[in-house]
Amino acid sequence: MIPPVLYFVIFKYIPMFNVVLAFKDYNVIKGIWGSPWAGMKYFDLFFHNPVFLTLLKNTLFISIYLLAVSFPIPIILALALGEVRSQRFKKTVQLVTYAPYFISTVVMVSVIMLFLAPNTGIVNMLLGKLGIDSINFLGNSGMFRSIYVWSEVWQTAGYSAVIYLAALAGVDPSLYEAAKVDGASRLQKIWNVDIPGILPAATIILILNVGNIMAIGFEKIYLLQNPLNTTTSEIISTYVYKIGLLNANYSFATAVGLFNSVINLFLLVSVNSIAKRLSNNSLW
Amino acid sequence: MASASVKHTVRESFGDRIFLTAVYVFLTLVLIATLYPLVFIVSSSFSSPAAVSGGRVWLLPVEAGLQGYAAAFKNSQIVTGYANSLFYTAAGTLISVTLTVMIAYPLSRKTFFGRSGLMMFIVFTMLFSGGLIPTYLVVKAVGLIDTRWALLLPNAIWVWQVIIARTFFATSIPDELAEASEIDGCSDLRFISSVVLPLSKPILAVLMLMYAVGQWNAYFDALIYLKTNSLFPLQLFLRSILILNNDTGTIDAGQIAEKQMLQALMKYSIIVISSLPVLIIYPFVQRFFVQGMLIGSVKG
Repeated sequence: MIPPVLYFVIFKYIPMFNVVLAFKDYNVIKGIWGSPWAGMKYFDLFFHNPVFLTLLKNTLFISIYLLAVSFPIPIILALALGEVRSQRFKKTVQLVTYAPYFISTVVMVSVIMLFLAPNTGIVNMLLGKLGIDSINFLGNSGMFRSIYVWSEVWQTAGYSAVIYLAALAGVDPSLYEAAKVDGASRLQKIWNVDIPGILPAATIILILNVGNIMAIGFEKIYLLQNPLNTTTSEIISTYVYKIGLLNANYSFATAVGLFNSVINLFLLVSVNSIAKRLSNNSLW
Repeated sequence: MASASVKHTVRESFGDRIFLTAVYVFLTLVLIATLYPLVFIVSSSFSSPAAVSGGRVWLLPVEAGLQGYAAAFKNSQIVTGYANSLFYTAAGTLISVTLTVMIAYPLSRKTFFGRSGLMMFIVFTMLFSGGLIPTYLVVKAVGLIDTRWALLLPNAIWVWQVIIARTFFATSIPDELAEASEIDGCSDLRFISSVVLPLSKPILAVLMLMYAVGQWNAYFDALIYLKTNSLFPLQLFLRSILILNNDTGTIDAGQIAEKQMLQALMKYSIIVISSLPVLIIYPFVQRFFVQGMLIGSVKG
């Protein structure tokens, strides 16, 4: 019990205190606490930087798009699976749809690149058969978001559906019998029994997803980036990595990262309180 | 049972049958959409270089062979990376599961003093974090940069796993069991090792699978913390071969075209090779997986 607590102190809490770096002019020799105060200088620099609006817009756009697609799809998948009577078919669908979840980000990105490659990728070959000219998908900034979001759905939808299937399994069977006695159709049964049954789980997942809006997949986006799509693919976290670690501008990058975390926390707290008021479901 | 199901189908209304058909069609489409890319990758990896770059592979391997795999295993980076990743996965999973159980078990006991405070302390790290640079500086200050520990320690515990494990312990190990063994003169440690852990196989399987997959697939920590090639995990080498297209082999001008074809093929083989360990353990853990996840997550 002591080692895990130490772990949290060292790797989670000390970094939290290190965010004072954002308010200091970091000097490697003097260390974090010895460096002189810089006040809000780095925040000013960031807010008045021409990239600020682009970064914020890209981060929010990708996240909201992702949320809008990846939140409802697992629910629909779980509800559909709930209707299936053949256990074998159900298990097959589940087994197959989980599988992509276990593919690593690096492999996932290279699969996307191989499939979407101009001329040689299978998608363009298929388009070629249909008489459509080859498209350089990843070099097209307008397509970046869709590529990111839909590949994410392909990878995670089956896995995310598990939790809703669990919630469905927990619905009181007498409710289904009552619905049957009342002559409810399958659709009515879904609407009146299934959906209320998974609502608590769905609310929690929605809150968590909203709380992660600013923390979208750095790894995948960073790997998918290329000079042709950065106008839509550069997000706050990729920018922090480039400025902070590659250019060693620690204070500035910490300030940008802190801005990101604070918005994230703010979103989480507000959505949680809204959910609490509306449905009595909340994280705390 | 048989008669019940017959009755059931008789009672099915016309609208319901249409709806059910739509459900099956939808799920079949989902199944194909998920499965096709996977099958395509595997088939490509077993085809000939010319078939892959000529776009002649659609579903099944064309001019089947193992050239891609032969080329992949000749690459020394793949071999080094594989060995390193196996080490990181084994050591990392051991450390992570041990630490997670160490914190999740006390948190599951109602008698444990300061339980909710400790829970807050942990969950808060999910809500707010210092961010990339402050964390990097801590790892640097502790002296882990460019050591194997940098991949094992900084992300050793995932709060989500703690929550799942805690819920499992709380619901499947009743307090009465702890009391009973205490009366029998069983120490806490003895109780955990001979009662709790054997009863917790499903959750241990889930923890092991999730941490092992996470460790096997991780590349970002290695990217920022490691500098020495010989320490790199497989994913980092994969990134340079698959995404950055850095080939370390010598360039022979006469064979460039052939080589490019082989490289495209090799990518598919590498993808299969690198996903293999996870796919091998997945079916074994899967039966525990659903069970453990269900108990662990729903009542959270």
